[in-house]
Amino acid sequence: MNQFNYLHPASTDQAVSSASSDGSKFIAGGTTLVDLMKLYVENPSTLVDVNDLPLAQVESLPNGGLRVGAMVRNSDLAFHPTVKEKYAVLSEALLSGASPQLRNMATTGGNLLQRTRCPYFRDVTAGPCNKRNPGTGCSAIDGFNRTMAILGTSDHCIATHPSDMDVAMTALEALIFIEGPKGKRSVPINDFYKLPGDTPHIENVLEPGELITHVEIPPAISTKQHYLKLRDRASYEFALASAAVVARVEGGHIHSVRIAMGGVGTRPWRAHEAEAVLTGKPATPAHFQAAAEAALRGAKPHTENAFKVELAKRCVIRALKVATA
Amino acid sequence: MANGAMDDASLNTATTSIIGAAVPRIDGPFKATGTAQYTADFHFPNLVHAVPVQSTIANGTIRKLDTAKAESMPGVLLVLHKDNIGKLYRVIPNDFSATSSEARPPFEDTRIFYWGQYVAVVIAETLEQATAAAKAVQVEYDSAPASLKPSLADYAGKRKSVSKRGDVNKAYEEAPVKVDQLYVTPVETHNPIEMHASVAVWDGDNVTLYETTQGVWNAKLAMAQILGIPSENVQIITKYLGSGFGGKLFPWPHSAMAAVAAKRLNRPVKLSVNRRMMFSNVGHRPRCEQQMKIGATKDGKLVALRQDYLNHTSFIDDIDEGCGECTPYLYSVPNLEVTSALVQRNTGTPSPMRGPGAVPGLFAMESAMDEMAIALNIDPVELRLRNEPEKDESTGQKFSSRHLKECLETGREKFGWSKRNPAIGSMRGTGSQAGKILGWGMAAASWGAFRFGANASVELCPNGRVCVRSATQDIGTGTYTIFAQVLHDKIGVPLDRIDVFLGDTAHPEGAMSGGSWATASCIPSLVMACDNAKRTLLRLAVETEGSPHHNHDAAKLELTSGFVHPSDQPYHQGIPFEEIIRIARVSGVTGQGRTVSTFEDPKAKDFSLHSYSAVFVEVEWEPDIARLRVSRVVSVIDGGKIINRKAAANQIMGAVVMGVGMGLLEETRYDQRNGQPINGSMADYLVATCPDSPTIDVTFLDYPDLVMNEYGARGVGEIGLAGVAPAITAAVYHATGIRVRELPVRIEDLLKSNIREA
Repeated sequence: MNQFNYLHPASTDQAVSSASSDGSKFIAGGTTLVDLMKLYVENPSTLVDVNDLPLAQVESLPNGGLRVGAMVRNSDLAFHPTVKEKYAVLSEALLSGASPQLRNMATTGGNLLQRTRCPYFRDVTAGPCNKRNPGTGCSAIDGFNRTMAILGTSDHCIATHPSDMDVAMTALEALIFIEGPKGKRSVPINDFYKLPGDTPHIENVLEPGELITHVEIPPAISTKQHYLKLRDRASYEFALASAAVVARVEGGHIHSVRIAMGGVGTRPWRAHEAEAVLTGKPATPAHFQAAAEAALRGAKPHTENAFKVELAKRCVIRALKVATA
Repeated sequence: MANGAMDDASLNTATTSIIGAAVPRIDGPFKATGTAQYTADFHFPNLVHAVPVQSTIANGTIRKLDTAKAESMPGVLLVLHKDNIGKLYRVIPNDFSATSSEARPPFEDTRIFYWGQYVAVVIAETLEQATAAAKAVQVEYDSAPASLKPSLADYAGKRKSVSKRGDVNKAYEEAPVKVDQLYVTPVETHNPIEMHASVAVWDGDNVTLYETTQGVWNAKLAMAQILGIPSENVQIITKYLGSGFGGKLFPWPHSAMAAVAAKRLNRPVKLSVNRRMMFSNVGHRPRCEQQMKIGATKDGKLVALRQDYLNHTSFIDDIDEGCGECTPYLYSVPNLEVTSALVQRNTGTPSPMRGPGAVPGLFAMESAMDEMAIALNIDPVELRLRNEPEKDESTGQKFSSRHLKECLETGREKFGWSKRNPAIGSMRGTGSQAGKILGWGMAAASWGAFRFGANASVELCPNGRVCVRSATQDIGTGTYTIFAQVLHDKIGVPLDRIDVFLGDTAHPEGAMSGGSWATASCIPSLVMACDNAKRTLLRLAVETEGSPHHNHDAAKLELTSGFVHPSDQPYHQGIPFEEIIRIARVSGVTGQGRTVSTFEDPKAKDFSLHSYSAVFVEVEWEPDIARLRVSRVVSVIDGGKIINRKAAANQIMGAVVMGVGMGLLEETRYDQRNGQPINGSMADYLVATCPDSPTIDVTFLDYPDLVMNEYGARGVGEIGLAGVAPAITAAVYHATGIRVRELPVRIEDLLKSNIREA
């Protein structure tokens, strides 16, 4: 690990102004950043510690939604009574990720910025990586790509977005609140992440010095929700495919539905096409199958991950079945 | 029982004996409280840290190695590499007096044989400084094309005949029912929780190496050869091991790097191998490709068995995995041949991994037997029972104690096998398994029984305590406790008055912790040392003036629960042994003991010595999402007399969990361009986690094998793993209709099942 400056601001304003210099990084739970620093993948010159900022509250909003501070730990959010009651898909997603120890450290804001587990990205000796060293090439395309993305990839990067929480947040249409040198703004989660294109090192819309302060989750369209994560082993593994479903069913018909997928995209993957297929239709296996086909229509597998196309479809179908039951 | 030459259940030690009891580990409290010092925990004044620099190519030579920048960095004391490491030597090859894991000492020349090979080592005041400077060493290579292809199928060279009888090819051709399949097991990496480490401390010409080794005595002899110094100048200490699975049997190059650095700097040096390095530098189970041909009569009698296996090895060492370990004696078959060959790849040197040879070999053998059972339409348990041999057909020897039939029959009963419907995908779960398809599979397994030379010294101390010393080590499975149990059994003092000193070459040469032989090897030396100490004590009791037993007949005295007393009187009417020591004015009474290996024991030569097991596995399967988990395992072990029921059951349970990893998860992947183990971390290389662990039912048949030692113990380190993977793939086939012949079973395989709904 290289030497770095360590700042410990007392206010959000101070944090933002401290972090606007080049090479600065915010540190929250540190469960990704410290790893990557030890691996020399991240080499910040300054760490701005946001752990003491007053951003750890979960509050109900007048509109029935929920405001979640950026520093709310994954464990606290997963077991929050309102989350368990109204946003079960989020609780399930959080608890399917990592391990209890990591969830006790990892934060809401940090998880929105979780970086890929692509082994070529995480190892500076593992050959070129456009995300780590822009313009050098992608080692995963012709390498070990079993766990890589099949949606949203480019010729420059096929790294999978690793988060579970963000997939549930996407299905819940969360709004991300940001504070930066130019003031405050909010961005819908579906506009927050960027596709890799030819700039895979730019993963989201955050500008230098911008800090996620909190997330607002609007009232869910239904409490019929489910998060399903499929992977090789039963715990402590990133998704090979996952699906978050929130479905409003009326008289056996799907009034409206939100579907997001994880483990298959270069970003949390909202499946609008699948939602369109289902809206107004009876909640039947045939329609679930059609929705799954629509969700994966643009999939582009590589040498080792063609199975993810089928697996993701089955994941969506089962999640729809459980959520609409 | 039919084949047991010397065993008899009535010889089982009485249940009140400490031998066979579920004694909690005497070292448990130290481990639970964190006071047990593992190798990397040793710290000394002025200690400095070594961090290796690793090759980033898999084949070629070092063109230029520039250490200037690293040497100028804060805290850096020394950078060792091929130009300044000085003279290091190879251990004499194929000489069983000492063994190293990798023939080549560190930095022997400029050649690179595998990704991650050490090319330099940086020593600095702190670990962080050494890590940063290691990154700053600039290495330029002349890279050559590397041989990295996983498949070994294009091998066309010679094969060695490992075992042969009858005319297998003719018998196979003529057999009415045949199975001919290729079975593949991938590279697996040992992942003991404790990573390798070496802490080197010199005192003049003498070096103490704190090592993570499964064999302190071998490490002493091997390190002396590598360093070119007399073996009496080398002391090896391994107080506790966080397991090794075979990867820590013999020294790896990092130990010599630490030793040379410490000598050069005249300061203690610590070198910890990190998890990523564990995947490239300290061994692995090689990939094995085994073509199995079995021929049988229609009523299920085997007539031909042919196993042609390949395994990969490094360009540095020829390591034969030995997949034919169990094939020649497991079943009765008149015509058999096993052949082997090695295929070189640009990887590090493979090393034994829990059940070397037998574990991949039995995956092939038992998978083929399952396929044969299906081809014959005979129950797979029944097929094994029909082919039980009367003797070891490869050597003609009698079995010392073979109870495979009872393992199969007991397992069948405990598992509820009679309720099995053999039709694929036909069985449904109930209760918590409702909505899931169940698959049931089984396999038989075996592992050799060995007893190696070992020594122990037992001391009756003036403070009433009893000490035992031996330069063996506790790999983590309970050797400390087993020593204490034997001493308690022989001397009678309570466990809390027994001190066991292991893991230090200052003690008499002991056994290696490998091959499931530590317990069997240690017992005779312990028993003999206790007997000798006792004899001397009783002699002092009758010869020493002032002793209450003075001038009595020593043959009529006994030592019971620490009291010396006439045989015809209760022990508490005698006197404590420490009183005899005090009256005799001696510092204590010692006894030495020595074990003769089975290879040198004329009595053992008449016998085929093996452990056996039967494994029954249930998988639960959700076809719509291709989710498969192992839910239940019954393991029946014929491992001789069990010394510590608790520690032994713990080993078998751990082995079952390891088998779940082997069956469903584990595979080391090398990038085909640069040879890097690309999944070299505990997040990316998948082992079974707690939620992956099934319900495990362990049964020990507990027949003493008295050829091995007076208790009849054999050892249970590897037998628990041997049958798990083929039982899993048999269960997977039963549930899904998918026969996986290349491990691990993956979701990719399961998605091909025609069964889509439970």
